[in-house]
Amino acid sequence: MAAPLPASEPLSRDLERRLIAGLRRVLPHGCLLTTEEERRPYECDGLSAYRRLPLAVAMPQTTEQVRRVLTTCQELGVPVVARGAGTGLSGGALPLENGVLLSLAKLSRILSIDPANRVAHVQPGVRNLAISEAAAPYGLYYAPDPSSQIACSIGGNVAENAGGVHCLKYGLTVHNVTGIKFITIDGDEIALGGESLDGPGYDLLALMTGSEGMLGVVVEVTVKLLPKPPCAQVVVAAFGDIVHAGEAVAAIIASGFIPAGLEMMDRLAIRAAEDYAHAGYPMGADALLLCELDGTREEVADGIARVREIMERCGATGVRVSQDEAERRKLWAGRKGAFPAVGRLAPDYYCMDGTIPRKHIAHVLAEINRLSAAYGLPVANVFHAGDGNLHPLILYDANKPGDLERTEELGGEILKLCIAVGGTITGEHGVGVEKIDQMCAQFKPEELAQYHAVKHAFDPRGLLNPGKAVPTLVRCAELGAMHVHDGRMKFPELERF
Amino acid sequence: MDADLSDALAQTVRAAASGEPLQIVGGGSKSFYGRAARGKPLPVAGHRGIVDHEPTELVITARAGTTLRDLEAALATHHQMLAFEPPHFGAEATLGGTIACGFSGPRRPYAGSARDFMLGARIINGKGEILSFGGRVMKNVAGYDVSRLMVGALGTLGVLLDISLKVLPRPTAELTLTFNLSAEQAIAKMNACAARPLPLSAACHLRDTLYIRVSGSEETVRAAHAQLGGDRRTDGEEFWRGLREHQLDFFKTDTPLWRLSVPPAAPLAPLSGEWLIDWGGTQRWLKSNARPTEVWEAAAASSGHATLFRGGDRAGEVFQPLPAALARLHANLKRAFDPAGVLNPGRYSTAW
Ligand SMILES: Cc1cc2nc3c(=O)[nH]c(=O)nc-3n(C[C@H](O)[C@H](O)[C@H](O)COP(=O)(O)OP(=O)(O)OC[C@H]3O[C@@H](n4cnc5c(N)ncnc54)[C@H](O)[C@@H]3O)c2cc1C
Repeated sequence: MAAPLPASEPLSRDLERRLIAGLRRVLPHGCLLTTEEERRPYECDGLSAYRRLPLAVAMPQTTEQVRRVLTTCQELGVPVVARGAGTGLSGGALPLENGVLLSLAKLSRILSIDPANRVAHVQPGVRNLAISEAAAPYGLYYAPDPSSQIACSIGGNVAENAGGVHCLKYGLTVHNVTGIKFITIDGDEIALGGESLDGPGYDLLALMTGSEGMLGVVVEVTVKLLPKPPCAQVVVAAFGDIVHAGEAVAAIIASGFIPAGLEMMDRLAIRAAEDYAHAGYPMGADALLLCELDGTREEVADGIARVREIMERCGATGVRVSQDEAERRKLWAGRKGAFPAVGRLAPDYYCMDGTIPRKHIAHVLAEINRLSAAYGLPVANVFHAGDGNLHPLILYDANKPGDLERTEELGGEILKLCIAVGGTITGEHGVGVEKIDQMCAQFKPEELAQYHAVKHAFDPRGLLNPGKAVPTLVRCAELGAMHVHDGRMKFPELERF
Repeated sequence: MDADLSDALAQTVRAAASGEPLQIVGGGSKSFYGRAARGKPLPVAGHRGIVDHEPTELVITARAGTTLRDLEAALATHHQMLAFEPPHFGAEATLGGTIACGFSGPRRPYAGSARDFMLGARIINGKGEILSFGGRVMKNVAGYDVSRLMVGALGTLGVLLDISLKVLPRPTAELTLTFNLSAEQAIAKMNACAARPLPLSAACHLRDTLYIRVSGSEETVRAAHAQLGGDRRTDGEEFWRGLREHQLDFFKTDTPLWRLSVPPAAPLAPLSGEWLIDWGGTQRWLKSNARPTEVWEAAAASSGHATLFRGGDRAGEVFQPLPAALARLHANLKRAFDPAGVLNPGRYSTAW
């Protein structure tokens, strides 16, 4: 977390004047924000520990205006940071003081719903949930459902390869987007894929997905729509011990059956969520599993029976099955509101995102509890258990001297744990600025160099979101030297996978 | 015999930078695909063996030279499968070749494609460096998704060494139903079915017959049959294997075979020749002597793209020509992975 961007060289007065004049020429009135008051709301994304005031905020209304903003910046050599809804949790949309923040918020039209081919064509600023709402009259929906789905944009989802509760069965953003249009820093508009299942050429669609605004600016997205399952029920199981809950997750996956969603909450998260959303969770439990079954009536009945049996075998102290849609929604509302709910427990929280093999969930959670006690910082766990994607939320108070530093250290320990069991530092929130130093631990210099070469193929001058996602080799070398100097390597026992 | 030849292979690639370029050869079962290969053969089939299979994690990691047959046999003992149902096109087919070609079979539109199941890969780039991307967990967004970029790149961006794939449990029951319908009617029905919550796992139309496969538990399959109607086939498994492996009579021909990838509900393109419609309408096979430019124009007019899959002129272009800016990006990427152009030169395009 202690990984702010390197200080940026301010632009010369003359360059700044030319930039603003250039942007004024290409943007309609009211679409260029330059006063401090106007720019202030854009100083951070969902990772509010880092704030930078952008030089200017450009809010184009059309694809052509996006293109001209980019070429204006390219001609003057000014960096650009794209921003969707600003809900990202890794500082990917953190602005640069010497750069333009390019907000896609005004490109928010659903261009068309095509029920025959079961796709929707949307602009990048469209909110995730709005797609399913627009598709609902056709009995269709867009499957990936990040907890932030009422706010986050589909462009941001593509840039982060966002996941959600139902991704266990239906896949991540990368599995549900069939086409995009993006604009390169040189102003070329590139179309990839479309309504068919694959496009010609290399799989640039996969490469662009999760590329954190480093390779191009997404201006249109074609998403796959699925038929709404006729039936969905959630099974909520309480456990007296978090280890048993972790074992139940591994046992469900191992049983050869994949539920629509499988989420877990620990004691602290349960309490916070219950106070916030009144979902009706059992308050005494140490851990809850929420398991969604969907499909035909037969499939759901079959799934409930299997899951119930496994949960009980693994030591569930109580199992409840939603009886109607209202109850199901209420039970999920607690989970979906868990982040803000936990947020009310302390002045600040820091959300981690490591992913691990599912068989290690019980062990890793027990270790996190031990670390939490050792650091004296409460940690709430609420996460995508079925995919092994952890979200430990560390509660701290930034105004207390030393708290942030200890939080960072604890976070580092947790990521170390994830890598040590064969996992990764980020499952869905991205590297951004937040985890840039951990990238030095997960990848060797040749791999990072290959990433830089990929970046160079799209953006040779490094003007798109510079300093994010992939650390420079110099940065890693300095970090390494620093740690060797300290006499302790950062992640000495790392496996390279 | 299982063996790890990573270092020797990397050394050969490094040497090639100042010598003859390489053509990567796996089992040779897919040498018909892409443009004619040139360069000194780099055999990779010896780099074989399952490195790790964790049935309870639904993940398998294997060396690229492992045959699909061995891999699928190992999965079958745990009632698991490669859900993209890859074609083998020969007993020697390797995992690496399958991933490099990016081939998926009949289950693809409902379960996902080869790239969808890709979790991570170790590769040798054109500089002879051994690099790892992705991992063995379900979700991983650390760094660009280079492992998925390898799928379908025909070895032009890297030599695949080890590949980690997500696998799925096998359905306990499958059923094949047939309906007597014209191509137009079949396209409409396949799409209508896909818009309903049915447990489809394949849908294909050939010569006035629509074949639909449903998969799941016994109960689910029975309920789907009741909803769909149609005639129950007993030779279903054989039919889908024949389709997947291109062993149906339709494929026994010397006429050039085209693959068109189009929106699933698109009407049939006005091209001469015989059609087989697979993947619920979105993958269409065409036997035709039409000029390549004519096929590419028709595919583009249908918002899709076309590949000269088998036969025809393998010295010319075989893939849909790309718009200039996109072609430039491809050339840049090729240079980013293989600056000296030593990996499968010309296999993908005349340009690189
Ligand atoms: C309460 C809460 C819950 C969350 N739950 C989840 C969850 O369950 N699953 C999950 O995956 N994430 C979750 N997130 C994280 C976040 O919502 C996702 O990462 C989301 O995809 C970000 O979308 P955004 O529109 O807010 O993007 P932003 O934060 O604005 O930007 C994110 C990144 O994408 C880039 N970007 C944005 N738009 C474009 C574009 N059009 N073209 C190119 N690059 C672009 C930016 O430069 C930046 O690097 C949660 C966040 C919060 C606050």
